[in-house]
Amino acid sequence: MKMREELDRDKGKEKKPKKKIKSYPILVISGFYIVLFAAMLFYIARYSYVNRQTLMNNNYNKRQQILLAQNSRGKILSRNGDVLAYTEEGSDGKDKRVYPYGKEFAHVVGYASNGKAGIEASANYYLINSGAELATKVKFDAEGHKYPGDTVTTTLDVTLQEVAYNALSARKGAIIVSNPKTGEILAMVSKPDFDPNYIAQEWDKMLADDSGDAQLLNRATQGLYPPGSTFKIITALAYLRDNNNDYSGYKYSCNGKFKDGEDVISCYHGENHGGVDFITSFAKSCNTSFANIGLSVSQKTFNQTLEELMFNSELPLSIAYTKSSATYDQDTPRGEIMQLSIGQGTTGMSPIHLNMITCAIANGGVLMKPYLVQSVTTEDKKTVASFEPETYKRLMTKEETDILTSMMVAVVEKGTASKLKGLSYTAAGKTGSAEFNSNSDSHAWFTGFAPADDPEICVTIIVENAGSGGSYAVPIAKRIFDAYFGVE
Amino acid sequence: MELYVTEIAKFVIPLILFVYTLEAFLSFRHKNEDQNKVLYISQVILIFGMQIACFIEIIARTGKAKYLFFFGFQILIFVSIVVLFYIIYPDGNKLIINNACMLLSISMIILTRISYDKAVKQFFIITFSFIVGFFIPAAIFRYNLLKRFTWAYAAIGIAAIGVVLLLGATTNGSKIAYTIAGITFQPSEFVKIVFLFFMAGALYKAESIWELFLASIVAAVHVIILVLSKDLGSALIFFIIYLAMIYISTENIGYLVLGLFFGAFASVVAYKLFRHIQVRVAAWRDPFGDIEGTGYQLSQSLFGISSGGWFGLGLYGGMPSSIPYVEQDFIFSAIAEEFGVIFAILMTLVCISTFVAIMQTSYFIKDKYYRLIASGAGVAYIFQTFLTIGGGSKFIPLTGVTLPLVSYGGTSVFVTILLLMIVEGIYMIRVDERNIAIEKHRKMMQERRSFEDEGRVRQR
Repeated sequence: MKMREELDRDKGKEKKPKKKIKSYPILVISGFYIVLFAAMLFYIARYSYVNRQTLMNNNYNKRQQILLAQNSRGKILSRNGDVLAYTEEGSDGKDKRVYPYGKEFAHVVGYASNGKAGIEASANYYLINSGAELATKVKFDAEGHKYPGDTVTTTLDVTLQEVAYNALSARKGAIIVSNPKTGEILAMVSKPDFDPNYIAQEWDKMLADDSGDAQLLNRATQGLYPPGSTFKIITALAYLRDNNNDYSGYKYSCNGKFKDGEDVISCYHGENHGGVDFITSFAKSCNTSFANIGLSVSQKTFNQTLEELMFNSELPLSIAYTKSSATYDQDTPRGEIMQLSIGQGTTGMSPIHLNMITCAIANGGVLMKPYLVQSVTTEDKKTVASFEPETYKRLMTKEETDILTSMMVAVVEKGTASKLKGLSYTAAGKTGSAEFNSNSDSHAWFTGFAPADDPEICVTIIVENAGSGGSYAVPIAKRIFDAYFGVE
Repeated sequence: MELYVTEIAKFVIPLILFVYTLEAFLSFRHKNEDQNKVLYISQVILIFGMQIACFIEIIARTGKAKYLFFFGFQILIFVSIVVLFYIIYPDGNKLIINNACMLLSISMIILTRISYDKAVKQFFIITFSFIVGFFIPAAIFRYNLLKRFTWAYAAIGIAAIGVVLLLGATTNGSKIAYTIAGITFQPSEFVKIVFLFFMAGALYKAESIWELFLASIVAAVHVIILVLSKDLGSALIFFIIYLAMIYISTENIGYLVLGLFFGAFASVVAYKLFRHIQVRVAAWRDPFGDIEGTGYQLSQSLFGISSGGWFGLGLYGGMPSSIPYVEQDFIFSAIAEEFGVIFAILMTLVCISTFVAIMQTSYFIKDKYYRLIASGAGVAYIFQTFLTIGGGSKFIPLTGVTLPLVSYGGTSVFVTILLLMIVEGIYMIRVDERNIAIEKHRKMMQERRSFEDEGRVRQR
């Protein structure tokens, strides 16, 4: 023991004498400020980088004008390289934005004067910046042109967009076509529309218009409609969750009317469906049975399902949209629960939201984040940014989507979407005829996907004031599916 | 041609500052200043290199020859400052003076770009400040009697800011300045120095808690007057100086903790009492919520910082003038916008290296009075830097103070130069202490050796 101590002492002697700390407080204070500054500088770098687009796009940021004075606004392309928007220098020296497809892409591509909308707004930062190489800039400069703004390539498909645009014909409404596996939006149509080439000239007239046309509104994302029977997807999901995915025991006898105290629910056009099980109730879109189902689901489960499916909350979208609304709290009267179960009453949903839920079902429960821009490139074809498919979140389990898919196939095989039956591809979907006034006038809905066993394409359609979904929305879906699968 | 110049300058300018900053921190490796000579000379060359690069860019963009003359004068003055300082005070701290010149030249460039008239005005004030400032280190070094006037400092300080409270003109909602013979003074800036001397005098030989208490009362009077003048930034700076000096003097962390708690409590009370503080906090939390009103300044500042990206929009490439009071309170944002975030960060690191140099001086000096002044000056400098950079970048609520040496403002730059020159004086005292110690050591060794020699002789 003693030896050891002595050894230690000797070792200590060999080492340099330890420096005496002259003032702890000075070290503490210096250290504190160094750490504080490190945190601050990190914060500044991170904040300014992460928020650079939002800050640049802010209407109060005058620096947009600097960029616009230097760069000409970049091109917007379809997924196959068709030009959807470009800027040309007019004879007066002023830039003019040209939209070769006119009204067809009006809402989704948007406009860049009189405010901004659509992709013109969401990709504004890229369009007004120029990542062109120095030599290219010099060349443009020498020719007396502004630098070329970066090119934005979208996920949009011109063929599908045109089919959807023509299919909706002169009706009001909206169509969204997307890829459930990636979240790419392939087409987005909203009518009534406008011609973005003449936005400046037409602007005042469109704002003054009070006919209810609301041409500038992108109904696909900003329109809020009663979802009608398409909402039965959600009611059915809530029921499955409440019953451990066991629906085999469900039986109901439909006589066209469902009474609960004072409240009455009737089937579409008073139809009498007779004895139905869970799947048939869905396939035939039996309102009375679904009012019954809705009432049987516990408030907690139903409400939780609504929350998980992003009702009353933000959606993962980069263009302007409206939040959907559906409430079921402890005080909701039974009459309203029945209305909710069949997507009527105060329930409001945007077509894009319904499309997202449909996509999640088609993709085994996982919602891919919907996106419109796939890449940004410079004039020299260098990539500035590219956007890969991104998982947003899981909305439901695989087992739940399997059941829902089989139910949606039944809608096609033996239910309200029979116009999709017997084709070269198997489609799955749900129709809706959402009443929006007391005269029983209804919006025609369809949401669905194909092929049912390995979905590639997901379509959501609403045709305002058309009639039943089966008669007016399903044929449009068929035209789009046909176009996608190359069926003549 | 212009395009090539500006595009190349975009990368060359931050690179120069990067090398400069690296050298600043490398200089801390050696205690012996002689070993750093090469670093310091190279730094001086880099300062001029950066100035040349910036003025080439300015002239390429504006095509105005008048800037060339102005630039020539600046080179002349900065060369004179560095050369004169190196000659007059060979024992002075060269990093501090180099850093000051670097920050001042950045200031001159960005001010020239924002407002030529203001830049010229600032240029004269800088020149004047150095003419006065050059006497300071010698004065500090020679006159020990500064230690005697403790209570006179307290009286002068309180009187000076008290007068502003009673008579001062209101600018930006706070009373901070008065004008004599056409020159506007901001007394709280001057009083900062007087306050340092007071605190050091009151604390360096304080033993009883009573003496600490007395010093605290005087400090509190300063802070309260400033709060009543609505000069929140200065009030905070005084409070932090006070806290740091008490802690360094007593070496008792309990006082620091107590002080911080008290400060937090006072902040909450002030928040509840004063509407203008609530407004600032609200604007800090969400500047975009009231972007047309209270959040305007901060949002514009954030637009500025962010729009430049890593390498900036280049001189004259941005819109710094869209930020209200950009040359005073938001100069950091203007710099980040046109020189880029990387440059702005490097510039902040230069400020930190000045701080470290000051704290190093105070750490090694034996005389407690000067240790307190130096460390107080260091904390005053870095805390003010923190308030203005943090305030303009949404890291902390905005207080509206200047960035020392870089912002436009006569009083601010004058006082900062005086402060740094005081530190230089103290640094020389420390070098002197060290030389004496070495001398002593050598003598002692010599004596011992001769003693041993004698012993050996005797043994024979």
